[in-house]
Amino acid sequence: MVKLIVIMLSAVLVNNVVLSQFMGICPFLGVSKVLKNCLGMGVAVIFVMLCATAVTYPVYQLLEYLNAEYLKTVAFILLIALFVQLVEIVLKKVMPPLYKALGVYLPLITTNCAVLGVTITNIDEGYTFAEAMVNALGTGVGFTLALLLFSGVRQKIDSTDSIPEMFKGVPSTLIAASIVSLSFMGFGGLFS
Amino acid sequence: MSNLKEFTKGFIKENPTLVTLLGMCPTLAVTTQASNGIGMGLATTFVLLCSNVVISLLKKVIPDTVRLPCYIVIIAGFVTLIEFLLEGFLPSLYDSLGIFLSLITVNCIILGRAEVFASKNKVLPSALDGLGMGLGFTLSLTLMGSVREILGSGTIFGFEIPFLADSPMTVFILPAGGFFTLGVIIAVVNKLKHKKPPKEIGCSGCPNMKNCERLKKGGVTNG
Repeated sequence: MVKLIVIMLSAVLVNNVVLSQFMGICPFLGVSKVLKNCLGMGVAVIFVMLCATAVTYPVYQLLEYLNAEYLKTVAFILLIALFVQLVEIVLKKVMPPLYKALGVYLPLITTNCAVLGVTITNIDEGYTFAEAMVNALGTGVGFTLALLLFSGVRQKIDSTDSIPEMFKGVPSTLIAASIVSLSFMGFGGLFS
Repeated sequence: MSNLKEFTKGFIKENPTLVTLLGMCPTLAVTTQASNGIGMGLATTFVLLCSNVVISLLKKVIPDTVRLPCYIVIIAGFVTLIEFLLEGFLPSLYDSLGIFLSLITVNCIILGRAEVFASKNKVLPSALDGLGMGLGFTLSLTLMGSVREILGSGTIFGFEIPFLADSPMTVFILPAGGFFTLGVIIAVVNKLKHKKPPKEIGCSGCPNMKNCERLKKGGVTNG
């Protein structure tokens, strides 16, 4: 139980998926501009990460049994793409309100490296199924947290005029991300 | 002549990381050392070249509706190949690139070139396009890696630099330094080009562009 809590907290804070592992930078910089989209995106990522882990974990056991571990990259990305598509179709049919809330975000996530990243990390770290699910949840929550925090910072930056011309736009956003990342470094060494 | 243009455009004019701002994740993650930058860049170049050639050859066979899954499988196949090669011949590089080697699969430069260029052009221009873009990526990754290695550990390609190595600014090899260095490099590149820095990160060729555009404009309401 203690181990699960440690995995969860270190995925959210210490090894934050965006700010210290650099996965999912695209949505992080792209979507964070509008605060109200951040929560939707975050929830969709948590959902897809949990499902992707639940699907890829047993498939890896099968690959291991067949001595074909090297196929994991191909198998995982296909499964994730297939799965996201499936979820989209099912949600549309079964739960239209949820589809309306998450629908747009789902296809964005298929080629997000954070989702593929978390499934591969689970295998590389040798987690059990429960640990893998907790890690996926933690990673998704960490992504949402980073997105929400950064969105607030970004709105301040976008509303100011005192930035030098050459730093306007992406450069100032990246430097702001650097400062947010610096603040997350404060969590380093929490569990050592 | 036009073939030469396809080859050289990726170096500076359409440099994937610094100008069109694609493939941010590996750019930030693996560039703690110049040698990692070169390794990652060349591995990506290999995948980009091979996938561009194969996709260009198969462009008439792949049905339009399922083209993205097809591209991804082709790319993932080559990524698995390069993983094997590096594990066998350069185990130290394999270890330092870690998970980002597998994540070449979802690098949007590769999918973007497949979608924008290889699926519409003949084999030779596609190969040159892939090679050029890959080398441009390598170039900017090496630049990032060098800056971060010199400032962050006082070495370059593992060789110590006098005075700098005595008290390096460690923050530059930490994640925060990665964001900072990239921000400054993009600002400098735009200053040199006398252009305004881009407002958004690159999306050209990203399969999700349409959805993403809507999100950026805030045109989506929850519920």
